[in-house]
Amino acid sequence: MTAELIHRLHFAFTITFHYLFPQLTMGLALLIVVLKSVALKTGSEQWDRAARFWGRIFGINFVFGVVTGIPMEFEFGTNWARFSRLSGGVIGQPLAMEGVFSFFLESAFLGLFLYGEKRISKWMHWFSAVMVFVGSWISGFFIIVTDAWMQHPVAYDRLPNGQFEVLSFWQLLLNPWALLQYAHNMTGAVVTGSFVMAAVGAFYLLEGRMEDYARIFLKVGVIAGAVASVLIIFPTGDLHGKYVAHNQPAAIAGMEGLFHSEAGAGLVLMGQPNEETGQIDNPIVVNDALSFLIYGTTKAEVKGLDQIPRDQWPTALPLLFYAYHIMAGLGTWFVLLMIVAAFLLWRRRLYQSRWVLWALLLSFPLPYIANTAGWMTAELGRQPWLIYGLMRTSEGYSNTVSASNGLFTLLGFMGLYALLGLLFTVLIYREISRGPDAVAIPAAAHAE
Amino acid sequence: MMGFIWFWLVAVMIVAYVVLDGFDLGVGVLHLFLVRTEADRRVTLASIGPVWDGNEVWLLAGGGTLYFAFPLLYASAFSGFYLPLMIVLWLLVLRGISVELRNHIDVGVWRALLDGVFGLSSALLAVFFGAALANVLRGVPLQADGYFFLPLWTNWETGPHPGILDWYTVIGGIVALVALTLHGALWLTIKTSGELADRARRIVGPVCIQLAVLTVISLGATIHVRPASLDNYFNYPFTVVVPVGVVASLAGIWLFNRNAQPVKAFLSSCLYLFFMLAGACWGLYPTLLPASTGVERDITMAKAISGPHTLAVGLVWWAFGMTLAVGYVVFVYTRFRGKVDLTSTSH
Repeated sequence: MTAELIHRLHFAFTITFHYLFPQLTMGLALLIVVLKSVALKTGSEQWDRAARFWGRIFGINFVFGVVTGIPMEFEFGTNWARFSRLSGGVIGQPLAMEGVFSFFLESAFLGLFLYGEKRISKWMHWFSAVMVFVGSWISGFFIIVTDAWMQHPVAYDRLPNGQFEVLSFWQLLLNPWALLQYAHNMTGAVVTGSFVMAAVGAFYLLEGRMEDYARIFLKVGVIAGAVASVLIIFPTGDLHGKYVAHNQPAAIAGMEGLFHSEAGAGLVLMGQPNEETGQIDNPIVVNDALSFLIYGTTKAEVKGLDQIPRDQWPTALPLLFYAYHIMAGLGTWFVLLMIVAAFLLWRRRLYQSRWVLWALLLSFPLPYIANTAGWMTAELGRQPWLIYGLMRTSEGYSNTVSASNGLFTLLGFMGLYALLGLLFTVLIYREISRGPDAVAIPAAAHAE
Repeated sequence: MMGFIWFWLVAVMIVAYVVLDGFDLGVGVLHLFLVRTEADRRVTLASIGPVWDGNEVWLLAGGGTLYFAFPLLYASAFSGFYLPLMIVLWLLVLRGISVELRNHIDVGVWRALLDGVFGLSSALLAVFFGAALANVLRGVPLQADGYFFLPLWTNWETGPHPGILDWYTVIGGIVALVALTLHGALWLTIKTSGELADRARRIVGPVCIQLAVLTVISLGATIHVRPASLDNYFNYPFTVVVPVGVVASLAGIWLFNRNAQPVKAFLSSCLYLFFMLAGACWGLYPTLLPASTGVERDITMAKAISGPHTLAVGLVWWAFGMTLAVGYVVFVYTRFRGKVDLTSTSH
């Protein structure tokens, strides 16, 4: 195995495991604000207890997000030193801003939200929930800005020593790619949060216990889930996809498995890209649909891989194709399921519809898969570039860190994260089994 | 000028990290042998529970600032110290998990395990941070391209092929372990009461004397390993206030603790850490990472600094953001001030 491959796997593994947690953090943060707001407005003790229960799950999830997030900032330097040396002046900024603007805020208000309820007013407790939400969503924004600059570099100049230099602070933050990706990604986080909340509600109803809470969870989860599932396809996914198509034609050709440029290109729903023969095996195709999706007309020509030099093809073409199709396929399922559930909720039949409850329960892992597949689509589509069009991945990894040393620490992370995964599952399962009534108001253990 | 500003801004963030996260690392070390009963363990953890996470943010914010202000240093040092940094990351993961989740688990065996993990990871982190600083002070075998790679150990000597660990950096690790343990003990004398606080107070005196001896040894060793560390002190004689400050703050720790003035003793310990780190930075300035392979390969401020516009833009948001951050920190510490009182479900 080459050092380049090991360093790529190292980052891919640690970031993929890490992002299982923040997507729930960011999604739940919004839903907890909803629960707290209803509780504050109606004075309902039950909604407050529901918020407290999700706060406890949020707290556990947050810890795993924090501890798996710390390695990410370091890996830019440890595993991607040559990239960091040249681009630190640009992407070091949003990464540092995440620490300065988001982490301090989150760490201050999360403690207050989780452990301070007894010593602050109801308003202040609601406010701390809002600040935790704001902090986590700011954090997401700076990470997206960092990634967006690698996908679509803007507002930069090159110094004589080769380093990238920021030319405009606001253009860096308001990179169109970043805004589209942020909208798409945060909607994805809400999909995860609402599917998890709805699944817990469905679980309780199917078990026939804690039914009052179950109805709250289902109501909030299904409404938020229906809205987010639609938004993630239209407009956020649609706009983001079109932007990718215009700026990264190689990525879109790889995602769609379009080997040959075509007017009236078809949309491949399923199949296996064959790089040897340059075609899709066992294809199921909707004629003209791809041209329509990108250009709004069925006759437009879509650029295929044949117009792209071979050394600029996405390096993991089949994986890119599958990742994109998994994301899109699951996204379609989310809309169908949530629209049906929302309709039944409106007709007041959801709580009795056991089939739909089962579907909601079993679907909770799917947004995690879809979010992961979405990120794989974005990052594999960027290949072979590290900074699109400017720096290749092969020029960016730490060439002083050998493949053997990289493998050593990659295996270390795999072992450690396997343990974390087990621990997380046990702790969350235990909270869900005990249910909201077991959660007392926690008191911060300090005298005034 | 920008280099000067950012050198000291990063230094300030590192000092803030060591002073703040230092006491909760020290509390972790004490968790291993000073804290014995379950009630004491809960009190100890509650004394750092609401703040340790925020303390660690200084490491991340400082790391990020280093990244954009001195990208060459960030890239070279992080890849060169690859193995120990990865071990530090694993320790940070284990420590965060153990301190936060201990009270979510009600099985005695697992709690004991997490207590052990918390204590050991805290102790090892203190050692690694001390050794890391010592590595920077000693210098590393920088190549012409600005990179290096250090194995964990070689022959334990500081010569041309050093490892991360040699006799000198081990001394650095021990100094850090003892200094942070003392720092943590002083924190416990402020935040706890009764028998636990008494026990913490009783170990401060002897540990303080050990630290004084170790400080002298580490100073001598530093001058032996890199005589150039003294240059700035000879060129600017007034900077002798730094070593004087080290001595005075050590005396302050000892005296204030004996007179049962825990807050002043703790603040003296903060000053001790400040003077030690400031002294180290001043010994390096304007070099950021000295080369054991020849002065011309040193990573200096001028070589590593980012572009002018990056730094000017950075200064604006940094000043704004850090003002906010300091506000949050003050807010949290005043919210959770006073002695820990375990009367109900706690952190």
